[in-house]
Amino acid sequence: MKHCEYQQIDPQALSTPTPTLPPQHAVVQEEKKGETARRKWEVFPGKNRFYCDGRIIVAQQSGVLPLTLGLILVTTVLFFVFDCPFLLKHLTVFIPAIGGVLFVFVVISLLQTSFTDPGILPRATPDEAADIEKQIDNSGSSTYRPPPRTKEVMINQQVVKLKYCFTCKMFRPPRTSHCSLCDNCVERFDHHCPWVGNCVGKRNYRFFYTFIVSLSFLTVFIFGCVATHLALRAQGGRGLMFALQESPASAVELVICFFSVWSILGLSGFHTYLVASNLTTNEDIKGSWSGKSGTEDTGNPYSYNNIITNCCSVLCGPMPPSLIDRRGFMPVEESSQTVATEIELAAKNEINVCQLVLCLSVFVCMAHHHPPLGGQLSGLCSVLCWLMSKCTQGTKDLLESASRSPCPQTGKPQTVSTSCPDSIDPADPAVTFNPDVTSDPDPVAVPSLKCGGRHHSHTTSPPDEPRQLHHHHHNRHHKTRSARSSSKRAALHISNPAYNVSLSPPTSPGLGPSHGTGAEEHVRDNFATLH
Amino acid sequence: MATEFHNLQELRHSASLANKVFLQRDYSDGTTCRFQTKFPSELESRIERPLFEDTVKRLNTYYAEAEKMGGQSYLEGCLACATAYLIFLCMETRYEKVLKKIGRYIQEQNEKIYAPRGLLITDPIERGMRVIEISIYEDRGSSGSCSGSSSTSGSSAR
Repeated sequence: MKHCEYQQIDPQALSTPTPTLPPQHAVVQEEKKGETARRKWEVFPGKNRFYCDGRIIVAQQSGVLPLTLGLILVTTVLFFVFDCPFLLKHLTVFIPAIGGVLFVFVVISLLQTSFTDPGILPRATPDEAADIEKQIDNSGSSTYRPPPRTKEVMINQQVVKLKYCFTCKMFRPPRTSHCSLCDNCVERFDHHCPWVGNCVGKRNYRFFYTFIVSLSFLTVFIFGCVATHLALRAQGGRGLMFALQESPASAVELVICFFSVWSILGLSGFHTYLVASNLTTNEDIKGSWSGKSGTEDTGNPYSYNNIITNCCSVLCGPMPPSLIDRRGFMPVEESSQTVATEIELAAKNEINVCQLVLCLSVFVCMAHHHPPLGGQLSGLCSVLCWLMSKCTQGTKDLLESASRSPCPQTGKPQTVSTSCPDSIDPADPAVTFNPDVTSDPDPVAVPSLKCGGRHHSHTTSPPDEPRQLHHHHHNRHHKTRSARSSSKRAALHISNPAYNVSLSPPTSPGLGPSHGTGAEEHVRDNFATLH
Repeated sequence: MATEFHNLQELRHSASLANKVFLQRDYSDGTTCRFQTKFPSELESRIERPLFEDTVKRLNTYYAEAEKMGGQSYLEGCLACATAYLIFLCMETRYEKVLKKIGRYIQEQNEKIYAPRGLLITDPIERGMRVIEISIYEDRGSSGSCSGSSSTSGSSAR
């Protein structure tokens, strides 16, 4: 589809002479806006996945969300099918009604917890990051890589350290933490819950709390009803075994409820304590405010010192908006910036490919001198040819984009020079449409781009031309982005080993399933990416 | 209004970006949204201090109003809880209403005060509520022509 769009624009751009441009210009722009405008979720840098055109956001790994949903559904369906008729007849109609209401609450709050943006902070723009770097450099000087940067602020007469996030390139606001599983900074980060398949943060903590509280009610309710059911059946001296034989599904429900009620009740109690003291799981585990780090009395600076106020502020406070604007359209300047970022990162991988190609070619030369290896030469040669073509294409694209990137906030006609090596396969449509432009008397751009081959040149006066070129790169690199995303993340992670290592919090077992796993997976993730 | 908007557009298209100033968040009051009112030195020659501080203080007031925990927000929260938060799918929350008000205010300030001085305030919501970004444009002197043909220098220093 991307190739199609690109080819539709291509003949118009090439065939329209400059004077007749204005009516075409509007048409091309409309086409561009209608067909090629991308939503921000498509270029989101974190590891989340999006559905329904950006309306639904989930973590990269759904964790055990299907299991959670499955267990809840199975237990409740069994309850309604096997236990409710008996209880309806012998007790009251309110039992299925209450069960139904609780079930609806549980499922809705679970889905909302899983599919809501937990409070993801968008990454800093390059300008912002540069500004922060400048401030840091001004305040301290060091030639070696400094330790994790911190900034101290006073919150309610207490000193709080703000850490610098190397991935998001900003100082994290208070109570914000970076989730390595989702690769995002999340505001008021509580924990990453695999049962729910998402982070729990500022925006979805109330959904999560509603979920676990209603689930504990539901579990206790079903457990009680099933026990009552079996007790009623076993009346009259008939015995429990008889009751179980008559209603075997109840046994399944009993087992599930019995084993889950302890952990869920425990979790609800724990989170009720956290809500009442306005703490997050992250802070509680790390012991940020328990005072063990210093001699002075460090209390929680965010607490209102009143249980009711704390509860109200956490659960009934105003609902903050989502900051990542998933469904907004990418403006052209930003799309070029993200394209540049993608291209830079893709180029890094291309450079690695080039190094690999060099190593392979050395190997082939050595193998040439050893006849027994000659049989494998043909295979190696074909691989080498493929790698070489990828390498040169990627380098060419990088050079083109680098020359084009300081472009269009001004909207002026941008003239850039580039060259197209003859070795590129002419059948590739993306390559035949080259950014055919005259050379600009720009000393920065010109010398770096002369890598041989033909030069096409004609002026580009229409200001939409650079945008079309950006669109061209968008299309090409969108396809490669998904393939390169894992290596891009690896590049990002590898570049910040100090950050990764310093972040792992101590895990505290026995808090239920949803707490320790985040940190363990974080550590495993480190080792995997550093591999 | 139309002509002022026209000037703002031309500011974006005909002027070249010289610098960006970032006003960081002020966390002295906790995690509520407040921005520092410290007057940046780069703006000293471009805008009067009282005007600038007035804008920032007004923005802080709006954000405080959005995040205020009072009767209305509690009512909204309890109602939402009772409906399993489904009400958020249909209703616009108070926070969102105030954010729209802030957007309109920033637009108005840009048109009336900042664009004529070659400055542009970016709505903090577009920067994740982390900073107020103020773009400083080069003073070209001419604000009417849209066919500025001067060549681009290696644009803004990044």
